Amino acid sequence: MTDSKYFTTTKKGEIFELKAELNSDKKEKKKEAVKKVIASMTVGKDVSALFPDVVNCMQTDNLELKKLVYLYLMNYAKSQPDMAIMAVNTFVKDCEDPNPLIRALAVRTMGCIRVDKITEYLCEPLRKCLKDEDPYVRKTAAVCVAKLHDINAQLVEDQGFLDTLKDLISDSNPMVVANAVAALSEIAESHPNSNLLDLNPQSINKLLTALNECTEWGQIFILDCLANYTPRDDRESQSICERVTPRLSHANSAVVLSAVKVLMKFMEMLPKDLDYYGTLLKKLAPPLVTLLSAEPELQYVALRNINLIVQKRPEILKHEMKVFFVKYNDPIYVKLEKLDIMIRLASQANIAQVLAELKEYATEVDVDFVRKAVRAIGRCAIKVEQSAERCVSTLLDLIQTKVNYVVQEAIVVIKDIFRKYPNKYESVIATLCENLDSLDEPEARAAMIWIVGEYAERIDNADELLESFLEGFHDESTQVQLQLLTAIVKLFLKKPTETQELVQQVLSLATQDSDNPDLRDRGYIYWRLLSTDPVAAKEVVLAEKPLISEETDLIEPTLLEELICHIGTLASVYHKPPSAFVEGSRGVMHKRLPARTGSGEGTESPDMGNTAGGSAPEAATSIIPSQGDLLGDLLNLDMAPQTTTGPTPPTSGMQMGGMDLLGGVLDSLLGGDIGGSPAMGVGFGAAPAVMPASLSAPVGGGLGDLFDLGGGVGMPMGAYIPPKTVWLQAMKAKGLEISGTFARRAGVIQMELVLTNKAMSIMTDFAIQFNRNSFGLAPAGPLQVLTPLGPNQTIEVSLPLSTVGPVMKMDPLNNLQVAVKNNIDVFYFSCQYPISMLFVEDGKMERQVFLATWKDIPSDNESQFQIQDCHLNSEAASNKLQGSNIFTIAKRTVEGQDMLYMSIKLSNGIWVLAELKVQAGNPNYTISLKCRAPEVSQCVFQCYEAVLKN
Amino acid sequence: MINSLFLINASGDIFLEKHWKSVVSRSVCDYFLEAKEKALEPEDVPPVIHTPHHYLISIYRDKLFFLSVIQTEVPPLFVIEFLHRVAEMIQDYFGECSETVVKDNMVMVYELLEEMLDNGFPLATESNVLKEMIRPPTILRSVVNTLTGTSNVGDTLPTGQLSTIPWRRAGVKYTNNEAYFDVVEEIDAILDQSGTTVFAEIQGVVEACVKLSGMPDLTLSFMNPRLLDDVSFHPCVRYKRWESERVLSFIPPDGNFTLMTYHVNAQNLVAIPVYVKQSISFFESGSGGRLDVTVGPKQTMGKTVEGVVVTVHLPKTILSINLTATQGSYTYDNGTKLLVWDIGKLNPQKLPNLRGSLSLQAGAPKPEENPSLNIDLKIQQLAISGLKVNRLDMFGEKYKPFKGVKYITKAGKFQVRT
Repeated sequence: MTDSKYFTTTKKGEIFELKAELNSDKKEKKKEAVKKVIASMTVGKDVSALFPDVVNCMQTDNLELKKLVYLYLMNYAKSQPDMAIMAVNTFVKDCEDPNPLIRALAVRTMGCIRVDKITEYLCEPLRKCLKDEDPYVRKTAAVCVAKLHDINAQLVEDQGFLDTLKDLISDSNPMVVANAVAALSEIAESHPNSNLLDLNPQSINKLLTALNECTEWGQIFILDCLANYTPRDDRESQSICERVTPRLSHANSAVVLSAVKVLMKFMEMLPKDLDYYGTLLKKLAPPLVTLLSAEPELQYVALRNINLIVQKRPEILKHEMKVFFVKYNDPIYVKLEKLDIMIRLASQANIAQVLAELKEYATEVDVDFVRKAVRAIGRCAIKVEQSAERCVSTLLDLIQTKVNYVVQEAIVVIKDIFRKYPNKYESVIATLCENLDSLDEPEARAAMIWIVGEYAERIDNADELLESFLEGFHDESTQVQLQLLTAIVKLFLKKPTETQELVQQVLSLATQDSDNPDLRDRGYIYWRLLSTDPVAAKEVVLAEKPLISEETDLIEPTLLEELICHIGTLASVYHKPPSAFVEGSRGVMHKRLPARTGSGEGTESPDMGNTAGGSAPEAATSIIPSQGDLLGDLLNLDMAPQTTTGPTPPTSGMQMGGMDLLGGVLDSLLGGDIGGSPAMGVGFGAAPAVMPASLSAPVGGGLGDLFDLGGGVGMPMGAYIPPKTVWLQAMKAKGLEISGTFARRAGVIQMELVLTNKAMSIMTDFAIQFNRNSFGLAPAGPLQVLTPLGPNQTIEVSLPLSTVGPVMKMDPLNNLQVAVKNNIDVFYFSCQYPISMLFVEDGKMERQVFLATWKDIPSDNESQFQIQDCHLNSEAASNKLQGSNIFTIAKRTVEGQDMLYMSIKLSNGIWVLAELKVQAGNPNYTISLKCRAPEVSQCVFQCYEAVLKN
Repeated sequence: MINSLFLINASGDIFLEKHWKSVVSRSVCDYFLEAKEKALEPEDVPPVIHTPHHYLISIYRDKLFFLSVIQTEVPPLFVIEFLHRVAEMIQDYFGECSETVVKDNMVMVYELLEEMLDNGFPLATESNVLKEMIRPPTILRSVVNTLTGTSNVGDTLPTGQLSTIPWRRAGVKYTNNEAYFDVVEEIDAILDQSGTTVFAEIQGVVEACVKLSGMPDLTLSFMNPRLLDDVSFHPCVRYKRWESERVLSFIPPDGNFTLMTYHVNAQNLVAIPVYVKQSISFFESGSGGRLDVTVGPKQTMGKTVEGVVVTVHLPKTILSINLTATQGSYTYDNGTKLLVWDIGKLNPQKLPNLRGSLSLQAGAPKPEENPSLNIDLKIQQLAISGLKVNRLDMFGEKYKPFKGVKYITKAGKFQVRT
């Protein structure tokens, strides 16, 4: 007889019939009736009308009947709270039953009846059960505390159950310990800041003992709890690791992964030269590999976690590449994850194998998988330089298959390869162009257009190709439109004569016929740029692009560290910190998350990427004014803090957005020099205020202003400030990126720093220190970062420097070693400052003194240099140099050759004398330097070159 | 912890729901069903799905989806392991895991689920503990129950629940005391067109069937334990003894259980027992092609390879096939394009061959993908890694048990690329 008979009476009087049976005198009939009720309940039928009749069956000696009634109660008590009270007496009585099974069952069921009135009656029985002599009852009661806490947290605290629960961690029975830990962990989750699991060496020891003896599930709870502990020192850390390691051989994969988490975390504390450290690394690989032979669902979770582990410690699995090879009957979600890890593990040693596999995958049936495999080939090319050539030829082979989606993916990744290895593989462009017609996906079209634009000079019919795209301009996606606009402008700049019509066409399409603010803005900027200053336009549009690297699809290190602490949890599956999807406590709204995948998104070229920005909505909502005004507004808005107030740090998110909008364009537009604010020299009045005509000329709107400033950069207007360079990469400094430059303003040397927080957490407590250096540079004050730096925020700081610090000769002479500290760690970097920062204002020598000194310095100390490709006349050069405190004392003209005599005084009192020969029409200058300390000559020459060429 | 469980059949009907905390409306399954719609095969449904208020973690097993609903941060592996336990429990109790069986034993399944979790925390998942609480159905018992009115729910506390050996119950008695061990090895391998091994590993498992009275303490030792460096054990195995002496020392659970799984992936240790010569080619013109497959024995250690089956997923554009097999028979399903060639025993003197022509649908282009061959095979009395059991000793009990070891090698995911 099977239970399906319970479903056969589906006619109208079913409930009525059941009611009669429930009230029958015969025990057996009663039980059958309750079974029928439960059966209906399990398939989702509403049988709540039978509540009183079922509850009447509760008082029975038959355990099965009792259990069945309890099952029913748990489901329906909430809908019938008043009736549920009827059951309380039986519960309280059962909690006194001599049979521990019944006591446990009663306390367990009571906790599941989520009715407030019942919870009041629950407290006393629960208190007794927590101290019951039978561990089975105690362990059940421990879980009951968690249930009660879920219903009424206040009650649990008031009744002191939390303390009792904490006491149970020291229980003699490991199962009770495990359940207490589980219950406390669950309660702690809704009180993130509470100190419920107060871990200390004693309690850790108890947990470790219980770990060996409790059930597999208990082991998971205990291991997860251990992972929250921070050992005092490396010895404690090692001893915990030693006791956790046997768990790696457990048959339950969740135990294994939780153990891996504990080990990965505590390993951080072990010194790397310790023998045990190496042993531990070796022990981690086999269990991870074993997880991959489990059921596919387990594999998936394991793979997501392995993805984190190989990023953190690639050495663990570097020899295990083959286990990640895809089997054709793996589920798709396993295949995609395996591919990701294959790329992470790819290295010069195994790249041949990996490529052969990837090529194999590219001929599989599953389209998503094939696409990702093709992309993976591109990522290999970018990651392993030696393989680039082979990757490209593999991609070309794939393009020859003419399978539409394969071709499209291949083109997208080839674009990235071009960006990584410029001027190396352009010979394949012809093959790519053949496939132009088959491209129907926006990403592939955009990539192809980018290639055509970027290499327009090598493609004879580039104009025809781009023109063919232009026909359906308005039907294209934004991505393609933006790319087409940029590509045609590039083409125009490269081949101006034949493509004038084309560029006008695309500009008018973008600015007049489009509703898309990003497209319009970019159109306007190009238009203005082209009509105002084609040379500048060339510099902007055809600027050299930064190389892309494999790092773009790695997880940011601080996030990675957080995720390593969450191995085995949902966070590790989503590769997002728990804070990103669990707000405060449990069960609250979870934000919708796409799973982070390492597809090639990160490798977009910047001019494809920066579409949306903070100011865009503003432009979109206002009625479009005439083009000049709109652009003026936009640019004024964004540039205001830069051009007028100088080093005011743009800290608000809004301004950052604005900068992003103009991102690549403006940065390169201003050649980086504006980072140091050309207006600065004016503001401080230190430099001779010889304003170029173009700057003071009346200008028609913000845009003109801006461009003229850009043009004016080359004029003598202030001390030369080198463009900011990145000194400290975020990758190496747990998310803190530092770039900066040096400037000399009003006689004060300033170190201008831009601090960017690329980590997920807030940074505070910044401080800076210099190592001893050649000229005794030292911070003249503390680093002024007053507000904490939030994630993705940037702050600019000027640090005044003095030259009275301790001196030590460095190599190169102008090298400076810096330590920056924040709340996370101390980071070190070194940078080189232009020696011109040390040129003092009173460096103009008297003519007589100059002559005497020149003669006095032995000719051995004289060094000669060539400055090539400098197109300034002697006057302009002299003006420019003076801005950097290089003073011209006399000028002589001999046979059409201007001889300039100059003097420089360094902050430490060293004089440098110079003779500069400028011949009209010859872009090559000759410079002779004389100094008593000849080692500075090289640096001084570099300054000359930098100043004159910028 | 685990909030609710839904059992869903392959066509998307929910036929059982169980809640361990407050009731979650079954409409939450819509997110899952949506994902299921999107997936090409039921196997391809992602195991972790995110909905606005819950996480859905599911497994697909025996053509059923076991879907659990999670509200808090819970280790997903914990949930997945548990779901597999549920499936194994159903299999264990009712002989198979299917929709019919669950529907036939609805109440018992429900009672079992209630015993397995409490408030989402695992309570009793060991089969022998469960069986003491709720006795599995047997024909005899149901007859007795109907006659005497007793139930199949135990009313004493299971002994294993609290001891430090929760996997064994006390008071086990057998008239015939016996202990059997099966060493089963599966070869997972990928061979490329030329027959070179791209990847190969052995998944081994030692399955035990122990029916011994009392509290026996067993020690199992191997001739060559060095082979095993990557092992996972049943909780009963004393890890310290293994570490120090490389022997398996344990008090066994009663009945069937997996004693240990292991993994050999050192390439040189994995012998490939068969070779496959194959060519599947299509004419450039696109009208058809040829198929020619020969299978022969390779490293078989002198044993016979049997149960050989070759499975090929032919391209979708195939219209019909016309093949001849020199041994065994083949079946071809034109709907799924699945070609299955059942060869049987391999005879080294006369190698089985399957050849013939494939015709494509009119106008279909030459297929792009290369179909892979899947090989199934069996070798009796051989563990292909060379693992051998040395001896089994019993302590703690006086009787002499009957002991036995069996070896078998099978193909796991054994794939030949073309």
